[in-house]
Amino acid sequence: MQTTSLENAVALIPDGASLMIGGFMGVGTPERLVDELLRQGKRELTVIANDSAMPGIGIGKLVSGKAVRKVIASHIGLNPETQKKMISGEIQVDLIPQGTLIERIRAGGYGLGGILTPTGVGTVVEEGKRKIEVDGRDYLLELPLRADFALVQAFLADYLGNLTYVLTARNFNPVIAMAATTVIVDAEHVVPVGMISPDHVMTPAPLVDYLVARA
Amino acid sequence: MDAQTVIARRIALELRDGMLVNLGIGIPTLVANYVPPGVHIFFQSENGLIGTGPIPEEAMAQPRLTDAGGRPVTAIPGACTFDSAMSFGLIRGGHVDVTVLGGLQVDARGLLANWMIPGKMVPGMGGAMDLATGAKTVVVAMQHSARGKAKIVERCTLPLTSARPIDLLVTELAVIAPVDGRLRLLETAPGVTVEQVLAATEADLVVPSQVPQMQI
Repeated sequence: MQTTSLENAVALIPDGASLMIGGFMGVGTPERLVDELLRQGKRELTVIANDSAMPGIGIGKLVSGKAVRKVIASHIGLNPETQKKMISGEIQVDLIPQGTLIERIRAGGYGLGGILTPTGVGTVVEEGKRKIEVDGRDYLLELPLRADFALVQAFLADYLGNLTYVLTARNFNPVIAMAATTVIVDAEHVVPVGMISPDHVMTPAPLVDYLVARA
Repeated sequence: MDAQTVIARRIALELRDGMLVNLGIGIPTLVANYVPPGVHIFFQSENGLIGTGPIPEEAMAQPRLTDAGGRPVTAIPGACTFDSAMSFGLIRGGHVDVTVLGGLQVDARGLLANWMIPGKMVPGMGGAMDLATGAKTVVVAMQHSARGKAKIVERCTLPLTSARPIDLLVTELAVIAPVDGRLRLLETAPGVTVEQVLAATEADLVVPSQVPQMQI
């Protein structure tokens, strides 16, 4: 794990990269990293996240700021701009059931070739997918998802990079930290090693590539 | 009593002490207001919380403690938090006893459509498909019809949420359940006749000889 400045961390991300971004309606989204992506004028990004938040919040800023080419999410209903840009064809949106999305990311991070889920069977979600019967019940084969970068918001990070999250800001964060080539973390507090009890570490330090220094 | 209150009060009677319950947005959220005294319910919020409490007073909101719509909530003593994989493991794995979902259409087979209107409203399914497929009991809370148009139809014209039939439908006029592949009228709302329910319903309803009134 390396510590780095906000500017240098985001400079690692090229135009066209795929990013998994933590957060649920902006809660648990690394807002400083989002703002820096916009400041550096990144373009053509693929964003994989639960939702596209709202205009002016989290991923909503990236959508409004023309930084995004494609969104893979479960819900865009609270961001009218994402819907507008999807309908006009400016950005491509793949909508995936929330439980399937998180399991596809988990599969990507855990070395699985996919997951079998009953969710979506008999609906438009099953189109083009393999259906597999197990013990008389139909499941869809859903393929793993990985990304070039995971942008993670933690509550505590110790000097090694062990992470904890708080309350509902955890959501996708520990799962995406497993599923990207490069993991960049912004933490609300950076604390000495030992401050986080081994039992309370939610993301182990070796998963973290870069920890963004506090300003 | 307005339509939403009738629906929410009736559904609250389905909840039993110790159940794990997930409420959707809209009318379903109101169900929490009518849990009988002494009944302890574990309310799940799919963004990663069991033990969701009331909306905090202004200026007391914790920005990292929110509901699935991103609005601040509180957590009651004994609450716990978890990541999205566990949250949907709870849902898909049959650990959630009851989910209450809103509805756009329910059809004669008991199938639900509640997540999109092609060309008009494409918000994404969020957690709806997992909830409708995985919860032990799926209860739908919806108005019986929309601007004079039936919502309880012979066959859903909107995209389905799940291939799994719902367990119970509660409207401001009636309680209905799919039984043996057909919809059965179980109760009528206070002051509502069976004929009024039938007139507002496009799908065929099985009507028993005695139809009790909702006890709300």
